Amino acid sequence: MAGMTKLREPSRANAPYDIARVRADFPILARTVYGKKLVYLDSAASAQKPRQVIDTLTRVYEQDYANVHRGAYYLSMKATEEYEGAREKIQRFLNAKHRHEIIYTRNGTEAINLVAASYGRNFLKAGDEVIISELEHHSNIVPWQLLRDEKGIVVKVAQITDQGEVPVEHVARLIGPRTRLVAVSHMSNVLGTILPVAEIIRLAHAAGAKVLLDGCQAITHLPVDVQALDVDFYAFSGHKLYGPSGIGVLYGKEALLDAMPPYQGGGDMISTVTFEKSTWAALPNKFEAGTPAIAQAIGLGAAVDYVSALGLDAIGEHELRLLEHGMARLSAVKGLTIYGTTPGKAGVISFALDCAHPHDISTIVDRSGVAIRAGHHCCQPLMQRLGAPATARCSFGLYNTTDEVDALVDALGKVREIFG
Amino acid sequence: MDDLRELYQEVILDHGKHPRNLRALADATCSAHGRNPLCGDQLTVYLKLDPNGIVEDAAFEGRGCAISVASASLMTELIRGKTEAQARLLFEKFHHLAAGEGEDTVPPELADELDRLQVLAGVRQYPVRVKCATLAWHTMQAALSGAREVSTE
Ligand SMILES: Cc1ncc(COP(=O)(O)O)c(C=O)c1O
Repeated sequence: MAGMTKLREPSRANAPYDIARVRADFPILARTVYGKKLVYLDSAASAQKPRQVIDTLTRVYEQDYANVHRGAYYLSMKATEEYEGAREKIQRFLNAKHRHEIIYTRNGTEAINLVAASYGRNFLKAGDEVIISELEHHSNIVPWQLLRDEKGIVVKVAQITDQGEVPVEHVARLIGPRTRLVAVSHMSNVLGTILPVAEIIRLAHAAGAKVLLDGCQAITHLPVDVQALDVDFYAFSGHKLYGPSGIGVLYGKEALLDAMPPYQGGGDMISTVTFEKSTWAALPNKFEAGTPAIAQAIGLGAAVDYVSALGLDAIGEHELRLLEHGMARLSAVKGLTIYGTTPGKAGVISFALDCAHPHDISTIVDRSGVAIRAGHHCCQPLMQRLGAPATARCSFGLYNTTDEVDALVDALGKVREIFG
Repeated sequence: MDDLRELYQEVILDHGKHPRNLRALADATCSAHGRNPLCGDQLTVYLKLDPNGIVEDAAFEGRGCAISVASASLMTELIRGKTEAQARLLFEKFHHLAAGEGEDTVPPELADELDRLQVLAGVRQYPVRVKCATLAWHTMQAALSGAREVSTE
């Protein structure tokens, strides 16, 4: 495939992480809110975009845009080449065996729904069991409940520990002869916990079950190798990986995707259509009905290039420093409780204050330019388990600094000033 | 900081920390459960109406942010002794005030009540917080209408 940019060598592991240069790549970080320097600590909800991604979108629309897979003219071929080139970048990013194992979706939510609707509806029967965990995002709960209501499958929930872990034994306890699928987060968007996915996958496979990982959070913090993991399905959103919104990815093993029927019908996904019968296109087109998010897919390719060039090991190390600093500074704040205290976590800290509700915290720190999320984070069952209707959450991206963590802590002082 | 002081006035902080009428009403004639799906906050409003349709007692249970708790607390104080129609009208006027929809007519019999609700006018600078301020009121209205559940979305 032409038009591929060569990845920088991963030899940067020992090079110092040049945070000033990284920040300069993100134009939005230079802006102010309410006259204060923006401190963006909500990357777990959606990440900001580097110049490289923004420029790619502009270039596509200004120079290289046409519909894909449809035209025998230069521009359409060029757009198709870039669109498929991005797929290849994502393939390499995940170390998938085949390019056609990368299915474009709108977001991580749609990727999970695709598996539930296509794999679930056709390969799961009444009484078959799907195991999820207590810390799942609504995106990885509701599709299975819909399938339960439709097919009579059973949804089982692996419990978390008080530190917010999902020990492999908690999953093992639920595995039985009817277990067909284990669908869990790779990393929690509320607690930051990284799940022991390699062990969970081994365990599930030994029981003859497939595994879907919700990688919406993990993909931005950890290197993911789908072949080494031997995972069956892996879902994530482009917008959290510094790419555009409107594009997501489902990775699936070729044999599984081949056996699955289409998720939606329309153009681009067929081989032949007559009014009597239609036949499906080969992978990946079978699952990509209609005109896709063309520029967004190419933009996601640029984001993958960007992240790969920095290296997820280096990013992970940088974010770990932020996490350690954040855990230390926040736990020293009077009256502050942290949710999710396992050492096996990445760049997310959920917390509450004894004097103020998370909503009030968020409103107040916002006036200091600090953007954090407050609420249930689309994890209401987890909130119930934590006994907190809501938490405040700061989350770290590759561009954050320890100074920004300090700015949050300072702003929390204002909360105390007001609420006493 | 001044903006924030305008939002978090002393009265709000006081009602937020020490909500009035925070209890269940065993002899409620109607009640409803309200949820703000945006933040997950929930509360239950209990009303006791006398045979003439006058609010004899009002109370609430639930947890939430300072704005939603203070608003619920103030509401339970202000609708007591009002007719059902007056309670509904007060909500209408309060909604207008909280959403910052400009000048409005003030019915003389509700002038004092609306005056006390002015402390919540600061939310108009914070569009996402308007729902916090009106959650209890939506729930009160639902209870009066015989609904059991209401959501602000
Ligand atoms: C763990 C997890 N799963 C799923 C999602 C859903 O992602 P999206 O809304 O992009 O589909 C998110 C993000 O909100 C998430 O953090």
